[in-house]
Amino acid sequence: MSVQQIITLQDIVRALRAAAGEGDGVDLDGDIADVTFSELGYDSIAVLETVGSLERAYGFSLGDEAIQEAQTPGQLLRLAIEATAGVAGLAA
Amino acid sequence: MSTGRTDSTTDTTGTGSTTGTAVVTGIGVVAPNGLGTEEYWAATLRGESGIRRLTRFDPAQYPSRLAGEVLGFDPSAHLPDRLLPQTDHMTRLALTAADLAVLDAGAGPEELHTLGAGVVTASASGGFEFGQRELENLWSKGNEYVSAYQSFAWFYAVNTGQISIRNGMRGPSGVIVADQAGGLDAVAHARRQLRGGASLMVTGGVDSSLCPWGWTAQIATGLLSTSDDPARAYTPFADTANGYVAGEGGAILVLETEEAALARGARPYGSVAGHAATFDPPPGSSRGPALRAAILGALADADCPPGDVDVVYADAAGLPDKDAAEAAALREVFGPHGVPVTAPKSMTGRLYSGGGPLDLATALLGFRDGVIPPTANVTLPDPAHRIDLVTGEPRAVATRTALVLARGHGGFNSAMVLRAPAAPRTPSP
Repeated sequence: MSVQQIITLQDIVRALRAAAGEGDGVDLDGDIADVTFSELGYDSIAVLETVGSLERAYGFSLGDEAIQEAQTPGQLLRLAIEATAGVAGLAA
Repeated sequence: MSTGRTDSTTDTTGTGSTTGTAVVTGIGVVAPNGLGTEEYWAATLRGESGIRRLTRFDPAQYPSRLAGEVLGFDPSAHLPDRLLPQTDHMTRLALTAADLAVLDAGAGPEELHTLGAGVVTASASGGFEFGQRELENLWSKGNEYVSAYQSFAWFYAVNTGQISIRNGMRGPSGVIVADQAGGLDAVAHARRQLRGGASLMVTGGVDSSLCPWGWTAQIATGLLSTSDDPARAYTPFADTANGYVAGEGGAILVLETEEAALARGARPYGSVAGHAATFDPPPGSSRGPALRAAILGALADADCPPGDVDVVYADAAGLPDKDAAEAAALREVFGPHGVPVTAPKSMTGRLYSGGGPLDLATALLGFRDGVIPPTANVTLPDPAHRIDLVTGEPRAVATRTALVLARGHGGFNSAMVLRAPAAPRTPSP
């Protein structure tokens, strides 16, 4: 983790897709940053599974409270960026 | 493995306004010798077996190497992408069977999206393949690598839950765990829910645990055949009986009150006329096995004298002592050679929770087409059994009442009586 990895919305969407599957009638490549997971058809376990895969890929930990806080992919992205910065800071 | 069951001998008549008659209006089959109801039925009448060497994993190091696998099943062709990460193989098969059954019943949102539509399935093992993968992740990589979906994907009740969610059903639901007997008990419990006021129940069972972990658990019973010859491994009631072959799959049925079914113009395949379940005494007891009591209880529940039974779908354990016990129970109730007996499961292997419901589906299709499908791989039954086993070719005979038997490991016995509909159902185009 010596090099800071920059997480983008595309990474969040990729993780969502891999962990919980593509939805019917939902365009994950569209403007979904501020659409709630619930409206996208993902339940809390789907979010938990997605966060788990991000944590494993990027080596950070968001914690349970953060998972509950993130209601949209955009909010999850912000938390992930903060956590990545934290990991990079520790490694520096 | 925990076991639980509902006492079926204390049926209470519910407060529902129905006559109490539960009819089957939809059938969905996923079987080793046919994916889809008519595919399975045609293969069964041709005597085509689905038993072959395991392909899901390399069975070389195990004492039993044959199984009834559902080949050519592509889950993404049947189910939405969203369901794939969260489902075990057996749940994918169960959802596919449920979709087929609901489609066959012609049930839509009006029938399904209510508090009167529920799901009761049976499960003998849960999602072993999913569970094995996640346990491997836990041991080899750490707990952060275990899927969040492990929280329910392995669970006995998961097929019931996923079927109810997928179909928007909000009525009474549950799961029965009683090994191979559970499949019939689940249908009996669905009937009980109809009597209690539900209008439509999706029921039956689909099992699969063809992964090393699940396979080891099955081998541990000591009941599996160790033969490598698909034609000789599972020969129930023959003097060559040496164990059974395990399979995967089963059947899901749509069960409705006769009133509701006829009111919406559905065409019943037949009705569930009677059921009883019993449990064997402990080993060493002076009392004999309780299968006969289950048969008599089911006949009494159906108000059906033994002479009215046209065909028996046997449990067909494929082990000499268990076959002898079942034959003895049949002789005691029906007399020697007193009723045609068949075991089409000789073409699929024993499907645990799926076995009983698949036999129910087979018996209903037999009503429709005026035929009793054969027992495969058996030329002549052991003469000591003194039963009229249907072998070789299907027997063309009109049947109106069928008895289906299922026994579960550890002492479960279940018996169910089916009756043909008053107006015969003709084959679907």
